[in-house]
Amino acid sequence: MSDFFLTAVLTLDASVRVCVPLIFAAMAGLFAERSGVVDIGLEGKLLMSAFVAASAASVFGSPWLGLIAGMFASSVLAMIHGFASITYKGNQIVSGVAINILASGLTMILTLAWFKRGGITPTLQGDERFLSITLPGVDFIDHIPFLGVIYRELISGHNILVYLAFAIVPVVWWIVFRTRFGLQLRAVGENPKAVDTAGLSVEGLRYKALLIGGILCGIGGAYLSTAYNAQFTKEMTAGGGFIALAALIFGKWHPYRVLAACFLFAFLQALAIRLQGVIIPGIGEIPVQLIDATPYILTIILLAGFIGKAVPPKASAQPYIKEL
Amino acid sequence: MSESKIAKKLMSESKIAIELINVDKHFGAVHANDKVNLSVESGTIHGIVGENGAGKSTLMSILYGFYQADSGQIKVFDKDFRATSSRQSIEAGIGMVHQHFMLVDNFTVLENVILGSEGGALISQSLAKARIELTRLAKEYGLEVELDIAVEELSVGMQQRVEILKGLYKGARVLILDEPTGVLTPQESDELFRIFDALKKQGVTIILITHKLREIMNITDHVSVMRAGKMVAHRETSKTNPEELAELMIGRKVLLNIEKSKAKSGKALLTAKNLEIYNEQGLKRVTEVSFQAHSGEILGIAGVTGNGQGSLLKALAGILPLSKGSIKIMGKTITPESHLNPKQLRELGVAHVPEDRQKMGMIADFSASETALLGYHNDKEINQGVWLKRSSVKANCESLMQAFDVRPNNPNLMSSNFSGGNQQKLILAREFERDPEVLIIGQPTRGVDIGAIEFIRKRIIEMRDAGKAIILISVELEEIMSLSDRIIVMCDGEITGTVDAKDANEATLGMMMANALQPQDEPKGAKL
Repeated sequence: MSDFFLTAVLTLDASVRVCVPLIFAAMAGLFAERSGVVDIGLEGKLLMSAFVAASAASVFGSPWLGLIAGMFASSVLAMIHGFASITYKGNQIVSGVAINILASGLTMILTLAWFKRGGITPTLQGDERFLSITLPGVDFIDHIPFLGVIYRELISGHNILVYLAFAIVPVVWWIVFRTRFGLQLRAVGENPKAVDTAGLSVEGLRYKALLIGGILCGIGGAYLSTAYNAQFTKEMTAGGGFIALAALIFGKWHPYRVLAACFLFAFLQALAIRLQGVIIPGIGEIPVQLIDATPYILTIILLAGFIGKAVPPKASAQPYIKEL
Repeated sequence: MSESKIAKKLMSESKIAIELINVDKHFGAVHANDKVNLSVESGTIHGIVGENGAGKSTLMSILYGFYQADSGQIKVFDKDFRATSSRQSIEAGIGMVHQHFMLVDNFTVLENVILGSEGGALISQSLAKARIELTRLAKEYGLEVELDIAVEELSVGMQQRVEILKGLYKGARVLILDEPTGVLTPQESDELFRIFDALKKQGVTIILITHKLREIMNITDHVSVMRAGKMVAHRETSKTNPEELAELMIGRKVLLNIEKSKAKSGKALLTAKNLEIYNEQGLKRVTEVSFQAHSGEILGIAGVTGNGQGSLLKALAGILPLSKGSIKIMGKTITPESHLNPKQLRELGVAHVPEDRQKMGMIADFSASETALLGYHNDKEINQGVWLKRSSVKANCESLMQAFDVRPNNPNLMSSNFSGGNQQKLILAREFERDPEVLIIGQPTRGVDIGAIEFIRKRIIEMRDAGKAIILISVELEEIMSLSDRIIVMCDGEITGTVDAKDANEATLGMMMANALQPQDEPKGAKL
C-alpha cells in the first residue's frame, strides 16, 4: 500500500515537472487568444526560447541570463507574428505556422553555427542551470506519515520556475478578470469594433497581449532546456506548444480550468513513462508506442465530446479591419 | 440659396454644437462626402436623411473619429476639432449609437459602459462608480436597465439603451444615432423618442440619421438631406413635408405609395399546417404556424427581426427541414419525413428571394452573369455536356438585366460592384423571369434606394396580378402595409395576429408584433 502511495506521489511529482512548460505556453496562448489572435506559434516560441536560453546559459554561465535571453528571443518571434497578423492583417494561422517552421530550422542551423553540433547545445554544468530548491521544514514534516512524503517529493524539491508556473496562474486570472487591461483584453477578443469606438487602440492591445505571451513562452522554453533538462536538444518541445493549445480549448480560455487541463495532459505523459515495461496480467506488456500515444488519443476524445461546447473569443483569428 | 440662409440664421440665433465646413472624404474611387457643410444647433434634434450610400454614416463616423476626413474643418462647440480616434471625439463630448451596436455581448451592462473610460488600473472601483452614476442617469432620463446582466441576454431595445447610457456616462453632450429604429417595434421606437425628449430637455443635442421620413417629421427640429455624398438641403422640419424630402433625397419626384388594384385571389397554392421549425443552431424558431397563400394575392408576414420569420422563409424555400407539420405546395406535400430540397421546389415552380442577398442571394466575387444563374445552373439552355455555354450564360444575364433595368448592364462586372438596388433587381429578375407559381420573397427592398424600391414593388404587384401566390416577409411595416393583401404578424415564433390589409394600421400591427394585443385594451407599451 505504501509502495503504491509512493508511486502515485512520484507520478504526480513527474506530472508537475512536465506540466510547467505547458502552463507557461497555455497562459501565453490565453493572452493572445483572449485578444483575438490565434497563437499556433506557441510551439515555435517555446523551442526558440529553449535554444537561446540554453545557449546563453552555457556561454555566460548563468541560467538567469539564459532566461532573459530566452524571453527576449520568444518575444521577438511574438512581435513578428504580431507584425504579420496585426499590422498587416495576415492570416494568423499561417503566420503562426511560419513561426514554428522558422524556430525549428533556425535552432538547427544555429547549433551548427555556434556550437558545431547538430541540434544540441553544450551540457550545462552545476549552477549553469536552475537547481532544485529544498523548502524549509522538510526534515520536520518528513516524520508525519503520508503528508511527509507528499511534502518532500511533491511540494519541495523543485526549481524556482516550477513554483513560478503555479504562482502565475492566479496572477493571470487576476489580470484578466480584475484589471482595466484585462477588461480591454477580453473586449478586444470579443468585439474589436466596440473597443475601437470606445477610443481604445485595437492594435495596441493585441500587441501587448502577444508581448506578454512572448515573455511567458520564453520562460516555458527556458525551463525546458535550463531546468528540466541541462541542454537544448533538437525538437525538445515535442509538441508541448500544441498540447498547450489543446489545454487552452479544453479549459475554455479560463486560467484555472486551463491549469487543470495542463495538469491532466502532463499527468497522462507522466503516467505513460511510469507504465513502460509494466506487465498487465492476461494482456502482457503494454506497447510503449501505445502508451506514448495515450495523451494524444485522450486529447482527441476529450476535445471531441467530453467538455461540452468550447466557444472561443468571438473575434478570434480575425484580423481587425476598420469599416462600418 | 435658401439652404445657406437658413444655416446662417441658425448660427446667428443660437449656439452651434457641431459645425462641419467643406468636409471631404474619398474611399478609393468613391466620393463618400463631397464638400459637406452642416451646422447643428445646440439642444435640438437634427435629422439627417438620405438614401443608402448617400454618405450619412460616413459623415457621422468622421465626426466620431472613426474615419478621418481628407479635408475640411470641424468645429465642436465653437472649438476647432480634429479626431484621429474616437477617444478625442468622446473627450469633446460626442457620443454615437451605431446601427450595429458596439457592445461586447458576454460583458455585463456595467462592464460595457466603463470600457474605455475605466479610470483606475483596477476595475472594481470603476464599476462601483459607474453603478452610482448609471443609477442617477437612469432616473434622470428614464433609461432603466438591469446593470449586472450580460448584454446578450437583453432585448435589442434594451441594448440600445445601454448604448445611449454608454454615451451619456462618457459625458456626451451631442449624441449621434444611426438608424436607431431599424430594429425596434413601433412601441419601442415611441419609447426611444420619449427618451430623446428627456435628453433634449437636459440640453443634449441629438443627431438622428435615418431614411424613415415619418420619424424625421415627428421628432426632429431641423433636417438636412444628403444625396450622393453631397449635402443638398437644410430645412426646418415644420416647414417641409415628406414629399419634398423624398424628392430632395433622390433628386426627382417619387410615388411613396404604390397604386394597386384590388386582389383577385384564387385557389390556395400553398397551405402550411402546424409548422414547427428549428434553425441551423438547433433552436426552436417557429411554433404551430398555419396559413394559406392564394394565387393572385400577396400575403405579408410582419414582425420584428428575429421572431421566426427568417426560419419560416427558409423552411418554405426548402433550406430548413420541418420538425412538425406539413406544407402543401403545388400538389406536393412536405413533411418532416419527406423533405423537398430547394432544387426540387424550384422545379415545382417555387421561387425564393432570400432575406440576405449578400450571403444567400449572390456570390460577391462572381460576375453578374454567374450570379444570374445561381440555382438554375442545371438548365438545359445553358449546359452542353459538362460545360456551361458561355454565350447562353451571357445572353441569359443580358435579358434579365434588360427586363429589370439593371445598371450598369454589363454581365461581366463583379456582382459586388453593383449597388444594393441593382444587385437586388438582378436577383429578382433571376427568380421572377422563370415564371414561377409561388414566390417567397424576403426583405425585397432592404438597403435599396428609393428609386429601385418603387420599381421592385411595382414588379411584385405585377406578379400578383399575373395570378402568382406571393409570400412577402419584411421588417418594414410600411412595406408590408403598402404591398400586402393579407397580413400575418409573427412574434416569438408564433402567429400573433392575422388582418386584412385594408383594416391594418401601424398601431395594431405594432401591438401584435410585440404580442401585446389583449382583448382588454392594455395601456400602450405595457408589455415591452
